[in-house]
Amino acid sequence: MTTKIKQLKRIDLIFNHEDDCKEILKKSFDRTNEEVINEMVNSGLKGRGGAGFPTGLKWKLTAEVKDSPKYVICNADEGEPGTFKDREILTRVPHKVLAGMAMCAKIIGSRQGYIYLRGEYKFLVPQLREELRKFHQIMDELNLDFEVDIFLGSGAYICGEESALFESMEGKRGEPRNKPPFPTECGYLNKPTVINNVETLAHSYTIMKYGAKKFRELGVKDSWGSKVFSVSGDTPIPGIYELELGMSVQDFVDDFGDGDTKAVQVGGASGFLVPRKRFAKSHIGYQGKLTGVSLPTGGSMMIFNSSRSMYNVLDNYLDFFQEESCGQCTPCRVGCQQLLKGIKAVKRGEKPAAYLDKLLKLTDTMRLTAKCGLGQSVANSFSSIVENFREEMIY
Amino acid sequence: MSNTINLSINGIAVSVEEGKTILEAAQKLHINIPTLCYHKDLCIAGNCRVCVVEQAGVDRLVASCATPVSEGMEINTNSLKVRNCRKHIIELLLAEHNEECTKCYRNGHCELQSIAADLQITNPDFIDLVPDKNYSIDSYSPSIEKDDSKCIRCQRCVRTCAEIQSVGAIAVAHKGAEMKISTFFNQPLNEVVCTNCGQCIVHCPTGALVEKSYVEQVWDAIADPEKHVVVQTAPAVRVGLGEELGFEAGTRVTSRMVAALRRLGFDSVLDTDFTADLTIMEEGTELLMRLKAALFDDNPDVALPMATSCSPGWVKYIEHKYPQYLPNLSTCKSPQQMFGALAKTYYAKNIDVNPANIVSVSIMPCTAKKYEANRPEMKDSGFKDVDFVLTTRELAVMIKQAGIEFDQLNEENYDSIMGIGSGAGVIFGATGGVMEAALRTAYEIVTGREVPFNNLEIKPVRGLAGVKEAVVLIENVRPEWNFLEGVELKCAITNGLENAHQLMEAIERGDRYYHFIEIMACPGGCLGGGGQPFPVDNEIRQKRMDAIYSEDLSLTLRKSHENPEITQIYEEFLGKPLSHKSHELLHTSYVKRQPY
Ligand SMILES: Cc1cc2nc3c(=O)[nH]c(=O)nc-3n(C[C@H](O)[C@H](O)[C@H](O)COP(=O)(O)O)c2cc1C
Ligand code: SF4
Repeated sequence: MTTKIKQLKRIDLIFNHEDDCKEILKKSFDRTNEEVINEMVNSGLKGRGGAGFPTGLKWKLTAEVKDSPKYVICNADEGEPGTFKDREILTRVPHKVLAGMAMCAKIIGSRQGYIYLRGEYKFLVPQLREELRKFHQIMDELNLDFEVDIFLGSGAYICGEESALFESMEGKRGEPRNKPPFPTECGYLNKPTVINNVETLAHSYTIMKYGAKKFRELGVKDSWGSKVFSVSGDTPIPGIYELELGMSVQDFVDDFGDGDTKAVQVGGASGFLVPRKRFAKSHIGYQGKLTGVSLPTGGSMMIFNSSRSMYNVLDNYLDFFQEESCGQCTPCRVGCQQLLKGIKAVKRGEKPAAYLDKLLKLTDTMRLTAKCGLGQSVANSFSSIVENFREEMIY
Repeated sequence: MSNTINLSINGIAVSVEEGKTILEAAQKLHINIPTLCYHKDLCIAGNCRVCVVEQAGVDRLVASCATPVSEGMEINTNSLKVRNCRKHIIELLLAEHNEECTKCYRNGHCELQSIAADLQITNPDFIDLVPDKNYSIDSYSPSIEKDDSKCIRCQRCVRTCAEIQSVGAIAVAHKGAEMKISTFFNQPLNEVVCTNCGQCIVHCPTGALVEKSYVEQVWDAIADPEKHVVVQTAPAVRVGLGEELGFEAGTRVTSRMVAALRRLGFDSVLDTDFTADLTIMEEGTELLMRLKAALFDDNPDVALPMATSCSPGWVKYIEHKYPQYLPNLSTCKSPQQMFGALAKTYYAKNIDVNPANIVSVSIMPCTAKKYEANRPEMKDSGFKDVDFVLTTRELAVMIKQAGIEFDQLNEENYDSIMGIGSGAGVIFGATGGVMEAALRTAYEIVTGREVPFNNLEIKPVRGLAGVKEAVVLIENVRPEWNFLEGVELKCAITNGLENAHQLMEAIERGDRYYHFIEIMACPGGCLGGGGQPFPVDNEIRQKRMDAIYSEDLSLTLRKSHENPEITQIYEEFLGKPLSHKSHELLHTSYVKRQPY
């Protein structure tokens, strides 16, 4: 094992155990809704579920819609393979997530919230119920009419997509809806809904406590704050880490790699593969004015060393997608199967290497035309792997 | 007040109402955007992605069927990006699709085929994904065949079955590559709640759902010199058939159709309208008997409202979903089955042919009629009453196979006996028609006067509305009907089983009280049946409906009880309505079925 070149700063905002929930909430409830929304907007917090939509704006838009009832939903479906940061947050600091929900509820005028909990996390239910009991007591004491229930998911990855999640909560098949309309107007039961990732809600607690300014001491422009990552793969120190946004993949690899890192998959199956030659120029964060490439991620960072076959990696991802696609739309349902069968055919020599270029064009169509984020993002891993490791696909 | 939105499509400015979609705006400009999962009758799915277009300033393409217009929007429906993607999407569907077009019933009528032809997909890139082709066909139902290898997963059938029909016999199962349209536990269609209405067929863009065809069996019968083959034609066929043979929707082709049937070699060409009139005599009398039992005898057990029983899709629906209301169903067989029972008794005797040698064929706008003919009850003549049922579409196929130039045919009349039908029989083909025909006769029986509507046109019961209601005040009755004096006869009419479901719920809750309800399984009634030509939407249904009512107006005979052949059959054979003989041949019973 090589010696560590550099260690990234470990942040401790999410997991530090502060139990001053009631005070913080009271402080926030004492401020006007406008003040709190401004604080959220100024913090620059972006959704940590993967898409990176500005959270303050989401709350603001929903607050402005004149319709009721409204709902606040915590997305705890966490279906991305190798990702378990939301589970960790819900285990260790669930009160922060609930506080974030309450703050949102107060602002948008919601009386009912739900935690959409991944089916596999059923074991968390008893402790979450206990937490909810305490939370509802605080709500009583602070005079906020807001109740949170747990909704247990059915185990399909696609149900983490917000509109499929609503369908599933409504007792229907988990299929993404057409957008627009967006959840801010027409979400759960076709009512205005804020849906946020577990971590996003926990961050809003931090912002409420320390203020937007403090939040922006971490991170970089357009990607402020810290983020919880699930680090896995060929690393001596796998696990959950809270790190500053904006770091380069190089810095990340220097800290977490095993000295033989060939590539890093940022953002799980639907994310991008970064090859060694791009480590320095790739940064972890949301689209913005960073030099180089910005790579958003729901939190998954998977490290591959030189012993790994990138063909196998891609084959795994595609197999995952062709199974987890809801199957309703053509580009995704058939496209995923074509990609998987296509790379197998090239590998076996049944199709020429140039067939990979046809498949790359197909992923372009999928990105442009698929109905939801799943089908749209298959292109990410496919093109980044095929373009950077073409020989491994063929031989 | 809705606002007007201004946008441009392919550089052409257009203004549409707020809330309209890009697709609707394009239609206004007569710009054709191909679609597959879209159907005017159904809610928007946006899943096939064929209708994607480019919106200036947006990187991804947008589904034009599902995207509302917005002010200043600039749309391109034919950019390079759009064309490439559209072509890819069709290629993907073809990879999944069993492309044996030449062996397919929908060859030439397939929406996928037509878009693929427009895009000139001659050399597709993708790997064939079609599973074992034979295994995937469900052909157990007497009405409908389902071939998953031709399914493009647009879910039009699923939405039809749930939204229009409230049946839910087919639904989406599994996800990803395994996703398919399936029945409850993947059982064959004949073992689930399927009503055989065939609305899924007329809404399917490809050959994944088709009717079970009996064309070959009918050709065999015609070719058999031992057999005397009689054919009956349902009222709605004459206003639909033309669409398959080059005529505008809403063209009446009755006498050409008769000529064509004769040329096909049927020994006798007869009219279901005759037994429609007979149904009115039997069912009208049954209604009056039930009213008498309820209002005069104070019999608490009499089941009201009485419900019509001509629509076999509705009959199977009520057997599954509302079995507690089976006593309300009129015991009258449908006109098709009355005809069948008489063809091998009354008619056989009349022309002196051994009924064992009669093959009775019916041409129906309906696929449930195929099922109905196969019901075990339907053998009262001592034989299978109706041997083969063909849809309007199958008749068109036979006419084409025989090389008949339909538009060149001379007009001919039906044979006799059982070939005369009144206008009241004709309007059976439209929703509200049975009600109107029944009222024309029943009112006159009771009062001795014509129904108090101008020109016999009972307008409140007409039209495509899902649920219609009518109240007819009965006054100045003949002495024997004294108990009906001053009674307001309350009627309701629905078409499409979702509307039937709503009506039955209202009756169940006690929100509504009626004496007589007419229920047709298909939207618009039989003219919108599952055996009628593709495509269909409300505009086409309306045209067929207009044609039905104009056919009625064109006849001098417009009341069932005035049909001379009806008088004749009661005199010579049946005696009187609800006679012993009638009960034996023209009435039936029903079965309680599983609700799923
Ligand atoms: C296929 C797919 C799966 C998703 N799964 C999750 C998930 O498990 N958890 C999550 O928070 N967001 C998930 N998302 C993103 C959500 O749709 C949504 O953007 C997010 O919950 C919004 O919260 P945020 O703004 O706080 O990130 C998924 C999106 C897609 C397309
Ligand atoms: S992109 Fe895939 S997961 Fe999303 S709607 Fe289409 S088929 Fe379903």
